[in-house]
Order: sequence, then C-alpha cells, then structure tokens
Amino acid sequence: MNPAGPADRPQPPYIVVDGATKRWSNGVTVLDGIGLQVGRGEFLSLIGPSGCGKSTLLRLLAGLSPLSSGTVRLDGMAPEAAREIMSFIFQDATLLPWRTVRSNVELGLELAGNTTAGQRREAAEAMLRLVGLSDVAGLYPRQLSGGMRMRVSIARALATRPGILLMDEPFGALDEMTRDLLNEELLRLRENDRFTTFFVTHSVAEAVFLSTRIVVLRAKPGRIACEIPVPFGFPRRAELRSAPEYLRLVGEVGAALRSVQQPSTTPHAP
Amino acid sequence: MKKLLAQAGWPLAVLAAVLTAWHLGCRWFAIPAYVLPPPGAVARVVIERHDNLLGAFRITALEAGGGYLLSIVAGVLIAMFFARSPLVRRSLYPYTILLQTVPIVAIAPLILMWFGSGLRSVMLVAFVICLFPIIANTTQGLISVPRNLIDLFAMSNASRWSQLVKLRLPHALPSLFVGLRISAGISVIGAVTGELFASSNAVGEGGLGYSITYANSQLQTDYLFALVLTASLLGFLFFFTVSALEWLCLHHWHESAMRTDAD
Repeated sequence: MNPAGPADRPQPPYIVVDGATKRWSNGVTVLDGIGLQVGRGEFLSLIGPSGCGKSTLLRLLAGLSPLSSGTVRLDGMAPEAAREIMSFIFQDATLLPWRTVRSNVELGLELAGNTTAGQRREAAEAMLRLVGLSDVAGLYPRQLSGGMRMRVSIARALATRPGILLMDEPFGALDEMTRDLLNEELLRLRENDRFTTFFVTHSVAEAVFLSTRIVVLRAKPGRIACEIPVPFGFPRRAELRSAPEYLRLVGEVGAALRSVQQPSTTPHAP
Repeated sequence: MKKLLAQAGWPLAVLAAVLTAWHLGCRWFAIPAYVLPPPGAVARVVIERHDNLLGAFRITALEAGGGYLLSIVAGVLIAMFFARSPLVRRSLYPYTILLQTVPIVAIAPLILMWFGSGLRSVMLVAFVICLFPIIANTTQGLISVPRNLIDLFAMSNASRWSQLVKLRLPHALPSLFVGLRISAGISVIGAVTGELFASSNAVGEGGLGYSITYANSQLQTDYLFALVLTASLLGFLFFFTVSALEWLCLHHWHESAMRTDAD
C-alpha cells in the first residue's frame, strides 16, 4: 500500500510505542500499556470513545506530556529529542493573530533558527502555493474562514519538512464539505512528502478515507481494542467515498467503534 | 467627513445647550461671579491669562507624563516578573493591590514629605497612581496565552526568550493597552493631587494643581474654571494619544481596535 523501502532489507519500524502508560496524579489511568509499531510513511488514525486517551497518546508522542511508564521511540529518539522532525497540528488553527498568513507559516522555521529571512519567505510562499493560499499571504488570520485558517496551520506544520505529523482532530470544527476538501488536500500534500502521520479523529469516514491503518481505542483505561488495516492504494480521489468497498469498511470500523462503546459486547476482531 | 459631522453633531448640541443654560442661569438668578462665573467670563480669562494657563499646563503635563511613562516601564517589567511563576504572583500580587486601595490623597503628602516638594516628587505621585492598572492588566495578558500556543512553541523547542518576545508580549498587548488607557486619565489626577500638597512649599512656578489652590484662595473662580478645563484637556490629550497608538498597533489583528463604533 505504500512505496516500501528496498525490498531485500526490511526497514526497522519508524515509530515504536512500547507499554506506554499514562496515569494522572489523581490515580486515574488514561492509557494502559499501549504498544504500536509504525512504519515510515504510514498514515495511522486513532479513533475511540471520548476519554479513551487518544489525544493524550498524541501528546505523549510529542513529548508535551511525560509517560508514567513505558517507552516511545521516534526514529530512534525520545520524544523531546525528536521534536525537530515532528510537527503538531491542533484542534484549532493556533495561528498568531498579530502575524500575517505568510509570517505565520514562517514561524516554525523562524523558531528552529537555522534559516535566513529570505529562505523562510521562499519556503513559506512555496507552502502557501501548495495549499492554494498565495493570494491571502498578506492577510491576517481574522480575515480568513475557518477552513482557510486550518490550511495555514497545515502549511506552517509542513514548512519545516517534518518526518512525523501529529494531528489532533484538526478538522473537527469544520463543516462537512470543507472537511472533505481538506482531507483530499492532506492526501495530496502527502504525495509530495510522505510524512508519517498520527491522526486523531471522531469521524469514521474520515479515518477510512485517509489512513493506511486505523487503531480503535477503548476507554477506562485507554487500551488498544483492535487495529484495522485500510487496503486502498494511493492516490485516493474523492470518488473513493462512493465505492462499495469503502462503504463496507466504514461500516466495519463503525461496528468496531460501537462495540468498544458498549462494554457488554465482545470487541470486534478485524 | 459627513460621518464625522453626524457623530460630533449631538455632543456639540449638548454642549451648546449646557452653555446656554449656564449663561441664562447666571443672569436670571443673579449668581455672584465668585460662586459661578458665566461661560463668557471663563472664556475671557482663558484668553487673557493664556500664558499662565499654558505654563501650568506644561508643568503638569511633564509631571503626569513623566510619571505615566515611568509606570509603563516599571509596570511591564513587574508584570513580566509576575508572569514567570504562580508562586511569585500569589506572594506579591496582594501587595500591589495596596497601590490601588490606599487613597492617593493620603500618600501624596507622605511622598512630598519624604522626597521634597519638587517636580520629581509630583511625578512620583503620578507614577504610584498609574502603576497598578498597568501591572494588573499586563500580567493578565501575559498569563492568558492559550495552552495550544504554548505547546506550539514548545514543539519548536523555542527558548524562554523567544516565547516571551514572540508570543507572550504580543498576546499581552491588547491588555496592556487597557491598562494604558485607564492610567492615561488618572496620571493627570495624580499630578494635580500631588501639586495640591506641593503648594504649601510655594514653588515659584506651579502646575495646574498649584494654580487651582491659588485661584481658590483668591476667589478667582473664573480662573479656577479655566484651570479645571485645562486639566481635563490634558487628560483627554493623553487618552487620545494612547487610543491612537492602540489603533495603530492593534487594528490589523485585534477586534477591540477593529470596532469603529464605540457602543
């Protein structure tokens, strides 16, 4: 499903999560012994009932929240050390309202601090061309629609050319049409760069459309219920949404999600 | 221009009505000029004594402006210190509230007693009264940065310094301006109050506060009115300057400066 590395030599997993456990100070266990292996270029969606710790798992990967026990390795590095190869996209666009669109896209490069102003400008403008926002480069975030703001946020995240992209329900606040468009755009951007993606979402349809693999989590404590591979190849087009095999898989993932929401029924096996 | 005229029209009509009522009231009730001078008399004294008024205006502007600028520098620095840790904030913030709750008329004589009754002491009174609104508002702005933005900077391994300069300070700017607007008006109150107490030492050339006590003791009520008007003009000027600056800094991006209508 992905362009694999040299066929003769299997690559070690790019991201390894082993026994990752997170307890709050009040003793509540949010995540309990999460184990995952993710290959380079995979698009992994995390889906589950609210409170299953999917956003917390993303924060553990980003090093924004320390592990209680277990290990996380990203390209062989601990989360804090791996930040240089990671970008995080939040639920809201988190743009700096006092900066223009272009200047917002430059922020990541600016904070990384090894580029000249000219290089940053060039990189930002290239990114904005890719997401189709060249015309609004000089505007301020408040002048943009919600969908455009999220595009700027994506452009900012990708401007540093990250190997890993962490996305925490980025399209949750958008209307369905905008969400679909941005899903397609995200896949298109991925054609160029093949960043490895962790994608937290509430939307089954979105997860199936985007992912190479879907991880269903159950809550209290947060554990992996099942993993469902998505067999469709890339590039994926909007037409996929009406294909019978797509709709069947959406139904299957939906059933898996329902089964973890009702503790009485047995979990769905992929 | 038409819009400006429409906006200024009603306040101007109110002004005209008040002046007319004032003028007619003085005549009909035969109020003595030392109790309430008619508007014409006030206007006359403004023209006749404009040199004195301008001199007093300059001195008070210097005192109020100096204290104000000083309070901005000190207030922002203190707010930056407060924003560093909740512990510092919890320990020290209650004492800054003292600045606000102790009446300035009680502090002013103390300051003048300790530091002499010169221009610098009056500046200090203005400084003290201006400080709290700036500390309180700036601190609030510095610590209310959304969590996601902090995380965004953390993801870029941003230093504490760039987090301050590129995130916290710009985020705090609208709050700082709230403080600046409050303090702009009260800086003049501080300076005038300070001068009321400085007058006992009879500084040769006095500011507006000093001249007010003088005019009052001489029953020059028309001059007193002129001085009070000059003092409010000074406060208005400060306020206007800050509002213009605020518009310049914020109108691109912040909704508080985007509104064209004050209601």
